[in-house]
Amino acid sequence: MLLDTRHSIETPEGALLPLTPAGFGVRALAQLLDIMIRYSIILVVATLLTLLGGMGTGIALILMFVCEWFYPVYFEVARQGRTPGKKWMGIRVVNDDGTPITFGPSLLRNLLRFVDFLPMLYLTGIIASLCNRQFKRLGDLAAGSMVIYEAPPAREPSFEVRGQLPVPADFSTDEQRALLGFAERSKYLSAERQSELATILLPVIGSKDPVIAIKQMANTMVGKH
Amino acid sequence: MKQGQFEQLYQPLWHVMELEIIELEKPDGRLKGNELANFASRYRRLCHFHALAKDRNYSSHLVDKLGDLVVRGHQQLYRRKQPFMQQLTRFIVAGFPRLVRAQQRYIWWATALLYVPGLLMFLAILWQPDLVYTITAPEQVSSFESMYDPDNRTLGSARESDTNVQMFGFYIRNNISVAFRTFASGILFGVGSIFFLIYNGLLMGAVAGHLTNAEFTQTFFSFVVGHCSFELTAIVIAGAAGLKLGYALLAPGNLTRTESLKRASFIAIQLVYGVIIMLVIAAFIEAFWSSNNILMPWQKYLVGGFLWVLVIGYLVFSGRDLRTDAVDKKPTEKSEAAQG
Repeated sequence: MLLDTRHSIETPEGALLPLTPAGFGVRALAQLLDIMIRYSIILVVATLLTLLGGMGTGIALILMFVCEWFYPVYFEVARQGRTPGKKWMGIRVVNDDGTPITFGPSLLRNLLRFVDFLPMLYLTGIIASLCNRQFKRLGDLAAGSMVIYEAPPAREPSFEVRGQLPVPADFSTDEQRALLGFAERSKYLSAERQSELATILLPVIGSKDPVIAIKQMANTMVGKH
Repeated sequence: MKQGQFEQLYQPLWHVMELEIIELEKPDGRLKGNELANFASRYRRLCHFHALAKDRNYSSHLVDKLGDLVVRGHQQLYRRKQPFMQQLTRFIVAGFPRLVRAQQRYIWWATALLYVPGLLMFLAILWQPDLVYTITAPEQVSSFESMYDPDNRTLGSARESDTNVQMFGFYIRNNISVAFRTFASGILFGVGSIFFLIYNGLLMGAVAGHLTNAEFTQTFFSFVVGHCSFELTAIVIAGAAGLKLGYALLAPGNLTRTESLKRASFIAIQLVYGVIIMLVIAAFIEAFWSSNNILMPWQKYLVGGFLWVLVIGYLVFSGRDLRTDAVDKKPTEKSEAAQG
């Protein structure tokens, strides 16, 4: 479709991987969560370690360094592209060919975070991500990575209507998909909105209740009764 | 075929696939024997189902579910796992010095950007001592003075060992962060790296010049001579990696800027690996050797000189006579061609 942000990648198997890039809003929230986790860890451990004197302070400083620069790298590489914050928000990092992110690109995109943050609050990163279709910030552009949404677990469709109705034979595949899409999304629409939308098709379908008619056609398409 | 039939017939297959993928996605999950052997061919069938479902306009919930499995299967099939230690040794012995030599024109530029302003500043301050305040605040200057004042040193006693560890942590955090920033800001068309290189050069020259004026040369130079070979070279390489990013954006040649940046980054990040290793060594020397007051200055100068020879010799000669690996060489050649 023209309107959605989906981005397809062709694999060696000839399959098209549908990836949905994540915009800066959800990524900012993920980052906020990560910052909170990171600094709680640093705060607790550093407080404990500094009690041990110079030795402890030294270790605490190394730990802070590692937490500042390598926390995201560790989680992205070892946990399938998800830092805890990203996991929480249902997003993850992949290479832009759809393969899992590896150490090099992950380190690169996280080092360049420093530049994306400039001059404040990720302004550079936000502007960069608005300038391309995959919402890549500078780090992602350089590393060839992108942040995508995890697909939510698909559920069995239920159109709340029984019975089948044949789909008019002259409906193109896109039109059939539109009918199916309507039926699948109808639970998020009010009854009034449903009938408002369905009435548009009244002249074509010629049924008394177009909402039920469309859902019955959808039943036919998915093979339900 | 109706969607219902299709699902009934093949669901067991993609259900098995789903279980295997879930197993592989666990941190230490792995498949055994038969399952492993059949994973790739199962994955291809899954792709086939997905394509069929899409082509036949089955309900989008089914297409999406299969699509999700295809994405996750792809992630598992194409993930890379290599023996880490072997790669690391290879990188240290041959990969890194070769890379530095291949990118030497950036290295030379970065060297000039660090040392020329540093040297000028040093000479300027010898000539006009007050110039030190143009680059550093008065409090910083006095803290440098007290740090290297020979009277403040308790002669003949080494620092407490736990202070050494503390300073080690400090150097690691501080120096590697500086190197990372010098590298990363290179993506701003090189400007950031140039700024950090010149700034660090000026700072270095200012401190050295000021302490020479104050006649603390002995304490200062015997302190820095040990680790500066590793530290300054690492900063130069980090800057060079940053310059490479900037140059790739400024002059992408026949590539798009994004593609040019991507290829340059692939090389630059490997230089950064080497920088990290060098700075850890530098921090170690700085914390445990340079600070040691029992050693005579001439011993420190001797070792410092030796380390300079070591670093330069390593970067110039290491990995030269090993057989050139086609895989190693390719990306560098490609990018050089792209630049030319």
